Amino acid sequence: MKAFEYASPTSLREAVELLAEAPERTELLAGGTDLLALMKDGVRAPDRVVSVKAVPELQGIEYGAEDGLRVGGAVTLTDFAGHPEVRERYPAAAWAAAHAAGPQIRNLGTVGGNLAQRPRCWYFRLGYGLLPRRNGESMVRAGDNRYHAILGNDGDALFVTPSTVVPILIALGGRATLAGPGGEREVALADFYRIPEAEGEREHDLGPGEIVTGLRLPPPSEGLRTASYEVRPGKSLDWSLATAAVALRMEGDTVSEATVVLGQVAPKPWRAEAAEGALAGERFTGETAGKAAEAAVEGAEPLSMNRYKVQLARVAVRRALERAAGEEG
Amino acid sequence: MVEYRWPDEKRIIGRRIDRLDGPVKVTGAAEYTFDVRRPGMLYGAVLRCPHAHARITRLDLEPARKAPGVKAVRAVHQEGDEIQWALDEVVFLAAETEEAARDAVAAIGVEYEVLAHFVEAEAKDRAPEAKPGEETTEGDPEAGFARAAKRTKGYYGLPTIAHQCLEAHGNVCEWDGDRLTTWSSTQAVSALPGQLAEALEVPASDIRTICQYIGGGFGSKFSPDRWGVEAARLAKDAGRPVKLMLERDAELTVAGDRPSAYAEVEVGVAEDGAVTAWRSSSWGSGGLSGSGSPPIPYVFQFPNRHHAHTSVPTHVAGARAWRAPNHPQACFITMSALDDAAAALGMDPLDFFDKNLEHTGRLEAIYREELRIGAERMGWRERWHPRGEGGQGPVRRGLGLSLHTWGGRGHRSSCELKVHPDGGVEAKLGSQDLGTGTRTVIAIVLAETFGLGVGDVTVRIGDSAYPPSGPSGGSTTVGGVSASTRRAAQDALAELLGKVAPHLEADPSELEAVDGTIRVAADPSRSLPWKEATAKLGVSPITVTGQNPGPGELNDSGVGGIQMAEVSVDAETGIVRLDRMVAVQDCGLVMDLETAESQVHGGMIMGISYALYEEKVMDPVTGRLLNTDFESYKIAGYGDVGQLEVHMMTGEGHDERGPIGLGEPPVISPGAAISNAVANALGVRVPYLPITPRRVLDALEDATTGVTVIGLEGGAP
Repeated sequence: MKAFEYASPTSLREAVELLAEAPERTELLAGGTDLLALMKDGVRAPDRVVSVKAVPELQGIEYGAEDGLRVGGAVTLTDFAGHPEVRERYPAAAWAAAHAAGPQIRNLGTVGGNLAQRPRCWYFRLGYGLLPRRNGESMVRAGDNRYHAILGNDGDALFVTPSTVVPILIALGGRATLAGPGGEREVALADFYRIPEAEGEREHDLGPGEIVTGLRLPPPSEGLRTASYEVRPGKSLDWSLATAAVALRMEGDTVSEATVVLGQVAPKPWRAEAAEGALAGERFTGETAGKAAEAAVEGAEPLSMNRYKVQLARVAVRRALERAAGEEG
Repeated sequence: MVEYRWPDEKRIIGRRIDRLDGPVKVTGAAEYTFDVRRPGMLYGAVLRCPHAHARITRLDLEPARKAPGVKAVRAVHQEGDEIQWALDEVVFLAAETEEAARDAVAAIGVEYEVLAHFVEAEAKDRAPEAKPGEETTEGDPEAGFARAAKRTKGYYGLPTIAHQCLEAHGNVCEWDGDRLTTWSSTQAVSALPGQLAEALEVPASDIRTICQYIGGGFGSKFSPDRWGVEAARLAKDAGRPVKLMLERDAELTVAGDRPSAYAEVEVGVAEDGAVTAWRSSSWGSGGLSGSGSPPIPYVFQFPNRHHAHTSVPTHVAGARAWRAPNHPQACFITMSALDDAAAALGMDPLDFFDKNLEHTGRLEAIYREELRIGAERMGWRERWHPRGEGGQGPVRRGLGLSLHTWGGRGHRSSCELKVHPDGGVEAKLGSQDLGTGTRTVIAIVLAETFGLGVGDVTVRIGDSAYPPSGPSGGSTTVGGVSASTRRAAQDALAELLGKVAPHLEADPSELEAVDGTIRVAADPSRSLPWKEATAKLGVSPITVTGQNPGPGELNDSGVGGIQMAEVSVDAETGIVRLDRMVAVQDCGLVMDLETAESQVHGGMIMGISYALYEEKVMDPVTGRLLNTDFESYKIAGYGDVGQLEVHMMTGEGHDERGPIGLGEPPVISPGAAISNAVANALGVRVPYLPITPRRVLDALEDATTGVTVIGLEGGAP
């Protein structure tokens, strides 16, 4: 591993300064569950590593009736999933966090790290880059793409988003709080992710020297029903092949508003607007759920080896909807 | 004259005995090769070629030699050399720390000319080279097919998988002058010095290999390998001990490889289920060496059959023996094709397989009994349904079964045994315990023979300084060490009884060793406690050596075994859950029921793992293995194995055969049994292992994949 400078600031201001000096050669260390492996494998070789574990502004979980939930970026997934307010008011988010990876990862991995985690694409992990090309063609298109994108894949970015927690956070109207050299700002998670078009571009909206300081979720509204569904082949540590998160605002048995977000199917968390349209204003039935599931994969363009993921995405949406509808309150 | 045989009445053999090494393993006290840390020890690291096929155009070792902490550097390839598989070793070096060693590797100047590669063995028509191998014809296949009421044709395939030892391959090598000691993660303690001696050109008598505990071998750790030889050379060059264990990506890419197999099979069957003809062609690869020829058709030697195999070399490191080499492939292909034939007839596979048992030779009666017991344990008759009638909901249930066989005669083994005047019993064998219970079995044989408890005897193994035993491969260890130990123990006991007899005023032939005493069999009141008896030896211990092979019929070869699986398949996601699995297994005389069952459990779990999860994903673009860690090279976890039941065959017909090894048999059938259960659940054959969501959904979507039936009204089963 390349030698690097290690800093452990004790304030947010200090952390931002340490990061902002040379952002492209600096990495943030929170739980370290992924960064350390990337560094050992030589995929990332920063000159400086800035630990945010001792930054007080990144700690804590608070809930207020007005502002909703605020979670520090360095809070572990275990603490987030087990927090009484999270479990009571955002059960689907608590469920997703409680099922992410395995217990060891959840005990170290953080909410901020989950929002900003890097893709699991095996070409990326082997050091070929996020948009790998060889001899003028995409290595992913020509190679083994069984786990890659079926949506949003018309460019060179064919990896999929790794997080199984982010889709439900988006469905809940979550926002990321950020701090950087230009001060603090907030961005809706739905707008935080972007599909890189060239090697070197990041898969999210963090500017140079910016840190994810936390997560905010609005207070859950009356009649909101939420759920996530993950297609996870192994019961032990295994990745979801497709995740769907839904939030339905119900008036009686009619859906007044729906949010449907997919994970692991596109280079960014995939908002299935056609599915949302198929649900809004409709009475919730198995048939509506089926139509929404069908709409969710409209326009999917499978690669050479991942046709099956279209079906998985469809099923995940339908089952998430059924799970949400079955949920009380 | 001692008559070497297993006792008719057994006090310990065949009971449930906890493994002796359990406590040190679960407490972490057991020292594996990975744990060895010698004074002044250096760490080895390896420069590996990232290309599947390339020529080295520049190699500059100077930056590595000058790197901080580096004590020795050795290139095993030179400029101009051609590399034939990705992650092949180019340079070995040793440095003060692991980090320094890796940094020095990164500093090496190396350039390659990348050459064309081929890694997709299934596409044999695109292979630069394919080697037609054995072709077997028996009887008249054409006439057999002409007689068939139905004829099925199927395609089946399973990929290359890795051994994926939890403890990667590796060694710690230390020289004392011209004498070398290696702590090696090996299945061949007694055979390693000889192999190293040849490569290092030193006398084998100057090399000692130690392996007390091993974190998995599965057939991949018989050789010191190039990394073992080079670790010894680095240690010699540096004048300090060197530890060199493989990184996980190398362990997966170059140190573990079960060949793939693909096959087209035609089966002809009569209305009553009798197979009238078999024709198959198979191909596969384990890498540059191609692949061995799976014994197809497996278990069933149909009178009218034809089989041909083609070995396809690929730019991948060579194949290694993986538990029951060639059998899991042959089993999956054969049992799947037969199950499809049964389904074409609408016949319960239990009846179908039973109907054809006459073609299984001398194991016929054992198979029949095993199928009967398995069916009972599984509730087969109540739970089986015709193919595809596994329910209307998304989750469908299904049952499948499979048969397997293995040889497993005891290997060569010497046991040096001492009975000390203080009562101590000490056996030394240059054998190794792969985690299978070898230590425990040796102790059981000693305790049984001397009328002691397993805690009263000392078993020393895992050191080449002890008398040689064979490598642990092919399920030969228990047969070998049990027999050598039994012979030694019977000899030692005869000698002891000779010394003790005058003190009990009896003839030695009247004495027995029971319950910690030496006593007159006909008059147990005339007895001496064990330690008083051994005290009669004076100052000299009894020292004997027992051999295998040797006099007396103490072991045998040739076992059967059947397995049945019950699965639930989510037809919408393609996820297969293993609900239950029943194994019925014979292995001659069971030495320790607990470790025997444990072996079968282990085999089933490993089998479930390759049936549902494992695959070496070879990248057509780079020729590299893409899943190089435990995250992407998937294996079964605790939650994935379901409920496992084992029935060991014991009693008449088994016990008198003596012990037969058990390492291979239980790992052979799971792929076939699970695949057949999935076909039963879904009504469609998923033609590939592992049975992943992708394979299931592709099979469901493309109903033409898999099996076609000729001469059957209504199309595919």
